[in-house]
Amino acid sequence: MAVKKFAVACYDDEAVLFPAVDKVRNSGYKLHDVYTPFPVHGLDVALGQKETDLHIAGFCYGITGTATALGFMSWIFTKDWSINYGGKPFFALPAFIPITFELTVMFAAVGMVLTYCYLNQIMPGVKKHVFHPRQSDDLFVIVMEITDPASEGEIVDFLKTTGAVETDVQIAEEGWWYGWWHKEEAYQNQKQLA
Amino acid sequence: MITDRFEVPSRLKTTGIVLLLIGVAALVGGFAGLLSGNEYEQARFWTVLLQNSVFFLFISSASIFIQAAAGLAQGGWIVAYRRVPEAIGANVWVFGLVALVVLFSIVFGIGEHNPVYHWVHPHGDKVLEGKATFLNKGMFAGFSIVTIGLWSWFGIKFRAMSLAEDIAPRNSTKIYWKMVAMSGAFLFVYALTMMSTTPWFWIMSIDAHWYSTLFSWYVFASSFVSGMALILLWTVYLKNRGNLEFVNKEHMHDLGKFMFAFSIFWTYLWFAQFMLIWYANIPEETTYFKIRMQGPYAFFFWANLILNFVLPILILMTRPSKRNYFTVVFMAMTIIFGHWIDFYVMTMPGPLQQHWHLNWYELGIACGFIGLMILVVSRTLAKTGLVLVNNPFLKETLIHVS
Repeated sequence: MAVKKFAVACYDDEAVLFPAVDKVRNSGYKLHDVYTPFPVHGLDVALGQKETDLHIAGFCYGITGTATALGFMSWIFTKDWSINYGGKPFFALPAFIPITFELTVMFAAVGMVLTYCYLNQIMPGVKKHVFHPRQSDDLFVIVMEITDPASEGEIVDFLKTTGAVETDVQIAEEGWWYGWWHKEEAYQNQKQLA
Repeated sequence: MITDRFEVPSRLKTTGIVLLLIGVAALVGGFAGLLSGNEYEQARFWTVLLQNSVFFLFISSASIFIQAAAGLAQGGWIVAYRRVPEAIGANVWVFGLVALVVLFSIVFGIGEHNPVYHWVHPHGDKVLEGKATFLNKGMFAGFSIVTIGLWSWFGIKFRAMSLAEDIAPRNSTKIYWKMVAMSGAFLFVYALTMMSTTPWFWIMSIDAHWYSTLFSWYVFASSFVSGMALILLWTVYLKNRGNLEFVNKEHMHDLGKFMFAFSIFWTYLWFAQFMLIWYANIPEETTYFKIRMQGPYAFFFWANLILNFVLPILILMTRPSKRNYFTVVFMAMTIIFGHWIDFYVMTMPGPLQQHWHLNWYELGIACGFIGLMILVVSRTLAKTGLVLVNNPFLKETLIHVS
């Protein structure tokens, strides 16, 4: 992951945030992300985010579970260790269905949770830069990436015109990292240098 | 004031009348079988009438159920096309009356040797005599009258309340809360009828020696999913006529989700009933599946599973297919036909054994009921505006995102 320079703007009202998001998207500057203390309805649409393919991943995990369960049980009961249970055929498909169903659900559920965590870069023990401590309290935070150092002042001025109550420029790690002390230290040093 | 009126097109009316006449012709033709003296022809005459009248009564009563469920859960999504379930629900009495005539004819009209309901005269059968405290003519008649009476009353009442709300003072929620209370009352009634006693008496008692404790749930799932498909067909029809302009793909997506989810729910219950009986392998229970699965009904047994499980789960799984008018209409018709076959498999094997038919009489009677449905529901729909102008959830339903 890369350390980059970001312009941060805070808003205290949804009614200001939505027009600001529109202006930011039309401005041509690079939008990094928007952080809100709660799920804001319609923000994904305003940001122009496409629907994720998480459900397709879920389908693949589910099919894997189905195949695992059916294949494994069929192999055990027909090849490996055939036992006659109450006169039922060795390949007793109806009796396999509940377990197949459970494994399908479990594979799909666990797989989708992990995929979801990966896509959102959240996981126990990993860290991400917090742009503003109040982004999980009462402020909506728009973060712009400053791609051209010359345009820094320009972007901050632009963000102020969109109704931001607070603006800031930060150098930060873009992605996630394991919260180990040496990385943490290096990161803090970089922040102080800036 | 928003107005949106539906006028019954002459083509729909003609279609309805033609289908109804086909049904009447099939019924008249069926009399020949009844009078022929052949035991199985007589059984066929009554069982087909029983299957169709009960099926169409159940799927129309599902409309009252979804109104009550959405009403109690404060669901805004249904309000855009709520006039459709209201119109179907307000006509439950028509199908109720037909079903009552058929059921009472079978129980009281046929003599000593009843081809459909063997429990009417146990003839010394110990099992049936043991069940006679519950399974007798008086209980059957009482439960049937109470069930059909209550469903009819609630169906008419729900529509009347909704219409009264249209002309009530603006921002008055008095009628809305009355509807919530009535929804709760109806769900209680429905739980004690559709989800327990009614399918026992009308369908399960055909195979009077056999019983299954989740049979009523399974019948409910069957009728509910077809009921949602029926609502979808009417909604799309009105939409095609240029009415219901607020209904869009978001609302179709909801109905599609109901059809998808409850097809799987139906399969779950169907399989739960089947697997326990298959696994336990007790002769008195397996007779029910012996004739259906390995006997003369094997084709319908598997067709039932393919139409009602394999097709819905594969076709309706993706989001775009639930938002496509063609796919949802195609699947709605498949589901209604599939569950008609499901009811066929429930009712026919008992009285007819291997002497089953599926030709002019069976399909003709079904056509008659479809014609009746088209005529009565379109007539009710045309009576009032199609928008619930005063419903507190009107705005929510307009901006609804599925």
